[in-house]
Amino acid sequence: MSFQWNDLNGTFHPDTALDYLPEGQLRALQLQRLQATVGRVYHNVALLRERMDARGVKPEDLRTLDDIRRLPFTEKTDLRDTYPYGLFASPMSDVVRLHASSGTTGKPIVVGYTLQDMETWKNVILRALAAAGLHRGDIIQNAYGYGLFTGGLGLHYGAEALGATVIPISGGNSERQILVMRDFGATAICCTPSYFIHLIEHGASMGVKLKDLPLRVGIFGAEPWTEEMRCFIQRETNIRAIDIYGLSEIIGPGVGSECLCQQGPHIFEDHFLFEILDPRTGDPMPDGEEGELVLTTLSKQAMPMIRYRTHDITRAIPGPCGCGRTLRRIERISRRSDDMLIVRGVNVFPSQIEAALLKVEKTLPHYQIVLRREREMDEMEIRIEVTADVFSDRVGELERIEARLGKAVESTTGVRARISLVEPQTLQRSEGKAKRVLDLRKLDALKP
Amino acid sequence: MKIHQLSVFIENRPGSLTHPCACLADAGINILTLTLADTERFGILRLIVRDWEKAKAILEQNGMIVKVTEVVAIEVDDRPGGLRRLLEILEHEPGANIEYMYAFTVRTGGKAVMIFRFTEMDKGIEALRQARVNVLSGVELYERAESSSADARPA
Repeated sequence: MSFQWNDLNGTFHPDTALDYLPEGQLRALQLQRLQATVGRVYHNVALLRERMDARGVKPEDLRTLDDIRRLPFTEKTDLRDTYPYGLFASPMSDVVRLHASSGTTGKPIVVGYTLQDMETWKNVILRALAAAGLHRGDIIQNAYGYGLFTGGLGLHYGAEALGATVIPISGGNSERQILVMRDFGATAICCTPSYFIHLIEHGASMGVKLKDLPLRVGIFGAEPWTEEMRCFIQRETNIRAIDIYGLSEIIGPGVGSECLCQQGPHIFEDHFLFEILDPRTGDPMPDGEEGELVLTTLSKQAMPMIRYRTHDITRAIPGPCGCGRTLRRIERISRRSDDMLIVRGVNVFPSQIEAALLKVEKTLPHYQIVLRREREMDEMEIRIEVTADVFSDRVGELERIEARLGKAVESTTGVRARISLVEPQTLQRSEGKAKRVLDLRKLDALKP
Repeated sequence: MKIHQLSVFIENRPGSLTHPCACLADAGINILTLTLADTERFGILRLIVRDWEKAKAILEQNGMIVKVTEVVAIEVDDRPGGLRRLLEILEHEPGANIEYMYAFTVRTGGKAVMIFRFTEMDKGIEALRQARVNVLSGVELYERAESSSADARPA
């Protein structure tokens, strides 16, 4: 019998070597790749060339990594305006895969991959899973959607490359998810954190406690989440809840991911260069301070991205990580600058509301934030579906729960909210990313 | 001695009562009595049915949240002062605080029936029995309810 490197379960995987590159070499590699990427974009993407010419910047002006600040930003609207292929830097004959993300307003955005891009993607996912302690012999239930969404297929090939067994179950059908998880002996699951919380509850309703299953790792991403959600998941199950970060425009999942220290995702800096900027001025934030994450791809061929504004709010975590990786970390994304609601002049994020609800109820209920304008004043209502856990036969008890929820929301956001308990299954849902906010203020303003 | 009562969460809006009632009607379940506790925004529908387990399953299958609470059905003299006597007995039993009560549509042989929920159910029941008040069992209650509804049915 021949010996294989990946027989060594749980120890060093050779493909993760770049995670530990000495800092100087890492920055040199980044600069070299940045110069190549900018050259490629300048010669192949009309929109970027025009913008660089307008600023009087040529690819050869990039002599240090700091020179990146001379380059123009790329916005999500640029992808829509050049729909479908306007930002591609490779001929279509070299593009082997297309993905698309559902646009909330009109056109979707399309992203493309060459064969080399597929290798890059596979590599970063493999490294993400290895960092989470997964290896050959693990059985990974991949509950991200397969199809145009990057989550499903993105995780899939990296997990196979790692040598793990993949269950390509895709999203939805919670009952089947639980049965497969139990019967196939899944040791890891990949899905959105809110869907996993739903699965914990669904399992309980079927008499299956996830705590009793061999499941030990969860790879969670594709939506902002909070430390409270992580604590809840880790308390209710035996898994380590790992945060994976990514977005289709950059590559899909695998831009960064956490190691077992669980102190924020390490960015795969050999492939992606990140900046933390003041969202209003575009100036860099001092090290360790919060700002908007801006990403540049360093090895993408089909669709390189230069200074892509993610609208995700985070900060760089200073100092080395206990795992020994030299890749810098960012804080888990718990909010996006475009998720931000301004209620009576106060910045409120849906993730804050979630944290408050989780504190009072033991689980995260289905909820919806409704904003209205009444007599020139913003009114925030939070509709919460009643669960069997909180429902009581006594009116007074229900009123006390409403009051406690209201108090928790006010103390985390600083804004008073009206809490409305609603009947189960009455709030709008979608698998994965839920529609949490109903802003009626613009509509109210139109009323006579 | 205790009767199983179902409590259902409903929102305070037009039509919200129809849904649970329609679900039970479609399953051929007769509601023996019901009451509604309501606030400005939501309400609790409390009902007594004979086959409470089946009714609970049906309501839950239709997406409703149902809680089972134990209550007692007590016979009350159907004349002035009938309820007063009962309340006076309970007054002397500190554990038997009445959380809520409501009347039953049954009336046989000069006796009415009322449903009570006490803070401490056993204390309330004991106090009433010592005073020789008739506390109905589930079987007695359902039989009485069904014979009276049969009487009421138009020929």
